[in-house]
Amino acid sequence: MSTTDRFVPDRLRSPLEERLKSWETLLLLVAIGIFVANSFASPYFLNAWNLSDATFNFTEKAMIAFAMALLIISGEIDLSVASIIALASTAMGAAVQMGVGTPGLVLVGLGVGLLCGAFNGVLVTRMGLPSIVVTIGTMSLFRGISFIVLGDQAYRGYPESFSWFGQGYVWWVISFEFVLFAIIALIYAILLHKTNFGRAVYAIGNNATGAMFSGIRVQRVKFILFLLTGLMSGVAAICLTARLGSTRPSIATGWELEIVTMVVLGGVSILGGSGTIVGVVIAALVMGLVTFGLGLLNVPGIVMSIVIGALLIGVIALPRLWSIWRAR
Amino acid sequence: MLRRILRSREALLVSAIVLLLLLISSRFPGFVAPANLANVFNDTSPLILLAIGQMIVILTKCIDLSVAANLALTGMVVSMVNVAEPGLPIAVILVIAVGLGTILGMFNGILVWKLAIPPIVVTLGTMTIFRGIIFVISDGKWVNSHEMSPAFKSFPRTDILGLPILGWIAVLAVIGFTVVMTRTTLGRAFYAAGGNPHAATYAGINVGKTQFWAFTISGALAGLTGYLWVSRFAVSYVDIAGGFELDVVAACVIGGVSIMGGIGTVAGALLGALFLGIIKNALPVVDISPFWQLAISGGAIIIAVALNAQSNRGKGRIILKRAEQAT
Repeated sequence: MSTTDRFVPDRLRSPLEERLKSWETLLLLVAIGIFVANSFASPYFLNAWNLSDATFNFTEKAMIAFAMALLIISGEIDLSVASIIALASTAMGAAVQMGVGTPGLVLVGLGVGLLCGAFNGVLVTRMGLPSIVVTIGTMSLFRGISFIVLGDQAYRGYPESFSWFGQGYVWWVISFEFVLFAIIALIYAILLHKTNFGRAVYAIGNNATGAMFSGIRVQRVKFILFLLTGLMSGVAAICLTARLGSTRPSIATGWELEIVTMVVLGGVSILGGSGTIVGVVIAALVMGLVTFGLGLLNVPGIVMSIVIGALLIGVIALPRLWSIWRAR
Repeated sequence: MLRRILRSREALLVSAIVLLLLLISSRFPGFVAPANLANVFNDTSPLILLAIGQMIVILTKCIDLSVAANLALTGMVVSMVNVAEPGLPIAVILVIAVGLGTILGMFNGILVWKLAIPPIVVTLGTMTIFRGIIFVISDGKWVNSHEMSPAFKSFPRTDILGLPILGWIAVLAVIGFTVVMTRTTLGRAFYAAGGNPHAATYAGINVGKTQFWAFTISGALAGLTGYLWVSRFAVSYVDIAGGFELDVVAACVIGGVSIMGGIGTVAGALLGALFLGIIKNALPVVDISPFWQLAISGGAIIIAVALNAQSNRGKGRIILKRAEQAT
């Protein structure tokens, strides 16, 4: 690390990529370790149906996490995603009461997601406001609208065909949500790593002014990223609503922080400029496995959050402690 | 120039609050009766205390999302101490609360200072860890009113000159921290470290250490508020003050504290908190469903940050023009 750092022919690739690779390997080792530990700890762990159930712990969150990863790489953040889920779900619930069918519900969910994303995007890119504050505001606003509409009530009565999005299986134990998760992961991996758009995202995150002078439409790219994050929140809202079969304004409370945790755990720098989709996929698996494995051992959910929080800090702190220790 | 902008921003907020009060009082004169206003202030005191700490953290370009979890953990610890040792004087309870809060804040601070982990990651992590620890130590059980000793519950509610001690603590904190922020080297270091970290370093300020002290102060205030919170509501459980960290950040933003660091005052944090507190207390009075509160405070945050950005943008343009003329 010390010698290669000095001779950097191509600032964008070599040292960064090397470090990221080791990050993902480390994370993968953690994931495998958790998997093995779990299969020893509980006799119910290695069961196809149980493992299939476990995927529901992370699929919906991970869908948003991919879009969030791009947003964070570009140097912005969206804390309103969970509230977008609440608002989109409320809108779908209201649509059900008006007799809208399944295709219409999907359109409503996606449409509300896009609108919310566009609202965030306009505030950040057109008015130049800091995204962390804007989305803390819209986080209250979007969920607040759900509370105004629903109060302490709930929407139910989603059509049978709609619930397939959250409860359906494509083949054997492979759920629709898991397939969707895999497809979305692939799309985002291609988008981030194989397209000009993806390069632009990295460029903006590393140096927004430099990116602007090299002809990247910084504000437009960021706006698209907010749209994508909104859209993915809409997709997640459809899956979650279909899975639960009801809408309350408190739906998906606290998910924004879990999603950010997932992204950061996946090796995406919170300061922007670096990160990969593979990392986020592995982080999703790690979080899903931890939650599921501890659940099988009857460990309450809140205790799992200690593990997740410690993972988040530990995975970042350990390499830094290591380098401080080596420097001595 | 700068002072005038800061003044006018707070003046704007004061007029917004006065306007809000006038609007409410035009239909419900009882709301602006001194006794009720004292009640509203008292009710907002926890938010004011946390907003002061948060303001200092944000000044140094950091953010502390763990304040509410810190509050809940400290609250649970002191109420369990109270259940175990009901005879313990309140002074000792206060020392435990502030001490524990300080340690938790220092933990955040040390991670930010020594390991240079981004503050949002650190406090996101410690937020979930603190909540989890509450569950572990309390076994998920509640500490209820009848288990707490009378002295433990009555301390923040004791009236002095028409305002309970809880409110007086907020008053003292506002005065004390105004002095600290404007009249001490540490206070000025907070502004310098956030306003321009490089310049601050050259001026001999250790930026990391300054951030550490900001987290420590935020933690101490959260710990103090933890005791006040559980004794005022006479209950303690895992989820108390859940999501309150965002209210605290909102109060700061409404109070004109710049999330980019370096700009903000104790008075601003106080006014931002009061603005939210008045809305919260006024909604039931004017017969609007409390379910509106979340959306209103969300809207207020967006408007406030848009106004803040407007005044900052003007400043930037002027500087650019001067630079162009100079060349």
